[in-house]
Amino acid sequence: MAAMANGNGKNGGSGVERWKAQVEKARLRDADFTTLSGLEVPILAGPETLGPDWTPEEQLGWPGDFPYTRSVYPTQYRGRLWTMRQFSGFGSAQDTNARYKYLLAHGQNGLSVAFDMPTLMGYDSDDPLAEGEVGRCGVAVASLADMETLFDGIPVGQISTSMTINSPAAILWAMYLVNAEKRGVEVAKLEGTLQNDILKEFIAQKEYIYPPEPSLKLVVDTIEFGMKHVPKWHPVSISGYHIREAGSTAAQELAFTLADGFAYVEACIARGLPVDDFAPRLSFFWNAHSDFFEEIGKYRAARRIYAHVMKEKYGAKKPASMQMRFHTQTAGCSLTAQQPENNIVRTALQALSAVLGGTQSLHTNSMDETLALPTEKAVKIALRTQQIIAHETGVANTIDPLGGSWFVEHMTDRLEREAREYFRRIDALGGVVAGIEQGFFQKEIGQASFHYQRALESKRKTMVGVNEFVEPEPTGPAIDTLKIGQVTEDEQNARLRALRAQRDGAAVRRALDGLKRASSKGDNVMPALVEAVRAYATLGEMVDAMKATYGTYVEAAVI
Amino acid sequence: MAAPGERRIKILVAKIGLDGHDRGVRVVARALRDGGMEVIYAGLRQTPEMVAQAVLQEDADAVGVSMHNAAHMTLIPKLLRLLHERGMDHVLVTGGGILPPEDVAALKKLGCGELFLPGAPLDEVVRYVREEVQRRRGARP
Repeated sequence: MAAMANGNGKNGGSGVERWKAQVEKARLRDADFTTLSGLEVPILAGPETLGPDWTPEEQLGWPGDFPYTRSVYPTQYRGRLWTMRQFSGFGSAQDTNARYKYLLAHGQNGLSVAFDMPTLMGYDSDDPLAEGEVGRCGVAVASLADMETLFDGIPVGQISTSMTINSPAAILWAMYLVNAEKRGVEVAKLEGTLQNDILKEFIAQKEYIYPPEPSLKLVVDTIEFGMKHVPKWHPVSISGYHIREAGSTAAQELAFTLADGFAYVEACIARGLPVDDFAPRLSFFWNAHSDFFEEIGKYRAARRIYAHVMKEKYGAKKPASMQMRFHTQTAGCSLTAQQPENNIVRTALQALSAVLGGTQSLHTNSMDETLALPTEKAVKIALRTQQIIAHETGVANTIDPLGGSWFVEHMTDRLEREAREYFRRIDALGGVVAGIEQGFFQKEIGQASFHYQRALESKRKTMVGVNEFVEPEPTGPAIDTLKIGQVTEDEQNARLRALRAQRDGAAVRRALDGLKRASSKGDNVMPALVEAVRAYATLGEMVDAMKATYGTYVEAAVI
Repeated sequence: MAAPGERRIKILVAKIGLDGHDRGVRVVARALRDGGMEVIYAGLRQTPEMVAQAVLQEDADAVGVSMHNAAHMTLIPKLLRLLHERGMDHVLVTGGGILPPEDVAALKKLGCGELFLPGAPLDEVVRYVREEVQRRRGARP
């Protein structure tokens, strides 16, 4: 502690020596002092923790300036608060349309669509494999007709819409675009985000249809189409969220997600797209977990690594190509079924870390999500949590308020080192797709989640209400939960049958043939998808048309 | 661990339905295996038919299903029915996931065993499966 070693006191020795001697003698709590992810944490951080080469100019820069560690914008939240974007969708397109109108009427200015499992997996609602799942975890959208209902009466030209959809993202996007066009809204003006991050599906969430290579090709198709026709859209939201939920550490979330992002960049460059034409539309999506400073270090490290790699490895010239903009969601996996009201507090602290880490938009989870989809009351508390952080705590008044804290800078550097070590390992495997095929990511995450679970069982890590401060379980339901009945599925299937009967069958067949041709020739499939959507081809029909060329993917089941 | 002369407990573990969230099922499968059981992990996207057929073929003592897709009130009763039709009422159906407590109670009334919610200790899951399978073995003629 050179910088602090200057005050020789009465008791002899320097300040640091006296302090160290006191620490040696002191009795410490019998507790685990590592981060949630198991990183060692110093008892005290000082300037020497950062090393001799650390300078604010190099490591931090100014807000809105390279390497953007402090913020991608020069004014950050003084210019504009983060977007409070709550993800929702359930039941039929009609049910969700009513919820969206309610949210817009209460001041929300962006929508975030949650699709049901059959839609996410590319099955029509009446597919036998969709039984029991229609409208349960999100809204069912099987054709343009459902998309029309979902956005009926909603000013799609004036709002931004985020769609959490991956394997069939290109298809659902085509539905959104055609719906807007039919309503007389120019697609070039549309704003929104597709999650469309297929690599993390293979790594973590496991909602894939086609194998990795053709899946990646579809992502590049959407990026290329967006550049030309829908320039205000974010075609991919590169997501660490699901990687973390699957049990990864913070460093794995950071490293694997950035590696995925760079894999998309390389695939676009290989297609011949200039980096500065597509990179400004890429965005990221992080998980806000419970270890406060580890998370803040993660967001700051993410911005810095991304800026360096985009500039130095991929030759980006435009600042916008080097700026990592991101959405954050609080950690669903940190919530407990026991004493569910405690989840409000967990979510608030996680949300605070995301704001202190400089997120551009935020979803706060509801307290009841370990039991079911959230009730309206629980969602409202979650939204109010963000409003309290924004308007009562004062944290949004200054940019990167924790910048320069020795400990926060130490965590930022530490996370960056961990991520760069993973980049080396991924490169050695032959890249992200090779790593997926070898099960590398899945094994790393599986091990991390098992170790964490064991740490909970041995009480080296604590979860309040789960392994400490446990209360006897209440006899009745602890809190109300939302119910979605079988009637949704039956009605949806009746509508789908009616659609198939009414549409022009010959036009559908022609459009699906066009889609098959486009995919087998290796063309960008977006124009053919737009045509098929216009003809009211169903989601399942379009997915199947492309299966002929792309095949399907089954993961080897490993524990 | 199995007592001498006692057949090792065999459990089939699967995700039924379209959901791919497999963190919980893989952690539990590993804990059951570490607890001395023979664990067959069937993996993702299993249907009740596939699971019932596999339980029959493997002559498993128990089946553990993981559900985060809110389809549990359709798919678990269907699995119970298919097992019943195949004469496998002795097989323990257990599992866990995102399940409202009132649904857990309703499923237990249909003959399902314990269903564990997020945060359930692994040791408790392992102990439950062992004790319940042993109890059922003891009860069989």
